[in-house]
Amino acid sequence: MSKTSYLTLDKMTLAYGDAVAVPELELAVEKGELIALLGPSGCGKTTTMRAIAGLLPVKSGRVVLDGVDITRVAANKRAVGLMFQSYALFPHLTVYENVAFGLRLKGMRGSELDAKVRAGLTSVGLAQFADRKPAELSGGQQQRVALARSMVMEPKVLLLDEPLSNLDARLRLDMRTELQRVQKDTGVTMIFVTHDQAEALSLADRIVVMKSGRIEQIGTPEDIYNRPVSAFVADFVGFENIFPLEAGKLKTSAGLVPLSQPLSDQTPSAAGLAWRPRMVTLGSGPFRGTVRGTSFAGHTREYLLDSVLGEIKAEVDASEPVHAIGTEVAFDLEADRAAPLSRFN
Amino acid sequence: MIARTLFIPVVLLLVLTFLIGPFLIIVAASFSAGETLAFPPQGFSLQWIFKVFTVDSFRASFATSMLLAVGGTAAALLLGIPASYALSRYTLPGAEIVRTVVSAPIIVPGIIVGLALLRYIVVPMQASMTLILFLAHTALVLPYAVRVVSASLENLRSDIEEAAVLLGSSRLGAFFRVVLPNIRGGILSAFILGFVTSFNQVPLSLFLSAPGVRTLPVDMMAYMEIVFDPSVAALSSLLAFLSIGIVFAAERFLGFSRYV
Ligand SMILES: Nc1ncnc2c1ncn2[C@@H]1O[C@H](COP(=O)(O)OP(=O)(O)OP(=O)(O)O)[C@@H](O)[C@H]1O
Ligand SMILES: [Mg+2]
Repeated sequence: MSKTSYLTLDKMTLAYGDAVAVPELELAVEKGELIALLGPSGCGKTTTMRAIAGLLPVKSGRVVLDGVDITRVAANKRAVGLMFQSYALFPHLTVYENVAFGLRLKGMRGSELDAKVRAGLTSVGLAQFADRKPAELSGGQQQRVALARSMVMEPKVLLLDEPLSNLDARLRLDMRTELQRVQKDTGVTMIFVTHDQAEALSLADRIVVMKSGRIEQIGTPEDIYNRPVSAFVADFVGFENIFPLEAGKLKTSAGLVPLSQPLSDQTPSAAGLAWRPRMVTLGSGPFRGTVRGTSFAGHTREYLLDSVLGEIKAEVDASEPVHAIGTEVAFDLEADRAAPLSRFN
Repeated sequence: MIARTLFIPVVLLLVLTFLIGPFLIIVAASFSAGETLAFPPQGFSLQWIFKVFTVDSFRASFATSMLLAVGGTAAALLLGIPASYALSRYTLPGAEIVRTVVSAPIIVPGIIVGLALLRYIVVPMQASMTLILFLAHTALVLPYAVRVVSASLENLRSDIEEAAVLLGSSRLGAFFRVVLPNIRGGILSAFILGFVTSFNQVPLSLFLSAPGVRTLPVDMMAYMEIVFDPSVAALSSLLAFLSIGIVFAAERFLGFSRYV
């Protein structure tokens, strides 16, 4: 791990009482990066964020930010911002006072304070709502106030815990763009939690996939999407046909099944192979499947096949001929289209 | 059909009569021109209203009761707010015991507490009666303070405190900056409830009196045993209007009902 990273988590272990939630986490984040923390419910995303923010004590290991070991630095001295899923705006204060809260604590007063707060509100398009109370705003507007409130503090790192999960689909897209814009404008280092893979893929510079307190894979969105290292990650990003490999054959509930083509050079070491539904060749190949279900999805059509390999999900262009339910159809899982998995778990 | 349309208004009238009837009778009796407490009042005069202000013992016991109600409730809140906060935000060993001890004064009859205090504290220790009354009333109000303040704390998300901390506030600062302002409605309700409870308390204060130290309700009882004139009714009316005035003012200027 490079010692020059902006934020370094060094064997960071987090626990609730004696129950370890996150064991020895290693992560290095560069300045200005936008990192997505992706993982299923309960995998320790919130726990990790709270520890970086200083709200949860670190059991062992270190947190180093901008060259300073902040492991034991109090939360209010860390220059780390956190946006809560619930926004956590102060209900008794106006939008203006919410944004001014941290600045006042820094001792800022008068025209400097006013200019800063106004600029913060303007940057999220809420200048005209300065005198409202949080309860008089929509969810999306509250979210923006929370963003402005964190951003005026010029945090070294801004943590966002599922910032978009309370918003409807449309607002979510708006806020996604907004977050990206704020990040590019200010160059702030951001880590955001999500369990929506589409959100992670579209926003992040790098994605950290977590599973029960451990990091499964760190990589660019392309890495994660195209080259998952484990069955868990593959499943998480939409590879629905995943098989372990044994002696160069697919291991299924019906025994070892040979592939239609030999494994290429880079795959012999693979522990498994994964195909997205789009990667399944339908209409030709050595395997036979019975169509159990089909659904039309606009540009494409999805099939659910019963075969000797078990259940197979395939997706083909909607313009292809339709296979009716109950008919038998040939298909292939070509080894060179598959994503090789180095771990199968 | 007619019976059914009449049913609700009649019940309503009965309930209202039951609730405010006694109060109306007292108010009417206090304007009596007669010499004894009677209903219906004989004639109309303000003499008993004026008389109330000339009775020295009423003046002294009113001051005592006010002191106990304001001071005891304030003390109960000073203890009760931190206690409620600790109970609602932290998992403490023995939290249940604290909760039970704190609500004991509601469960134990006041007359027993009063007698016990007299027998085991006042008499053997020669303690000041005012001090004992003050402590007794603080303990009496504490359960209400904890209950009401706890309820408003439950409604307040704890993440706003963490937000305040991450914006640079200390934990203590966060309590004063974001917790206290958001539970002020609950605190005010607790204050009014505590004030009224303390002010109207008879059983607890019954045994706890010394020369010149007596609460107003106890003093009124003592007065009635000797003099049976309408001045007690006049005093009751004045107190009732004072209470209504306080609640009205609190609602008008502080808008407490919006917060509870
Ligand atoms: N206050 C707590 N006390 C004890 N255990 C906790 C506490 N908070 C979380 N945990 C446990 O720690 C683990 C990680 O929880 P965490 O909240 O970090 O998950 P998450 O990844 O944020 O999940 P979600 O996507 O549901 O928000 C879980 O097993 C959870 O049960
Ligand atoms: Mg979470």
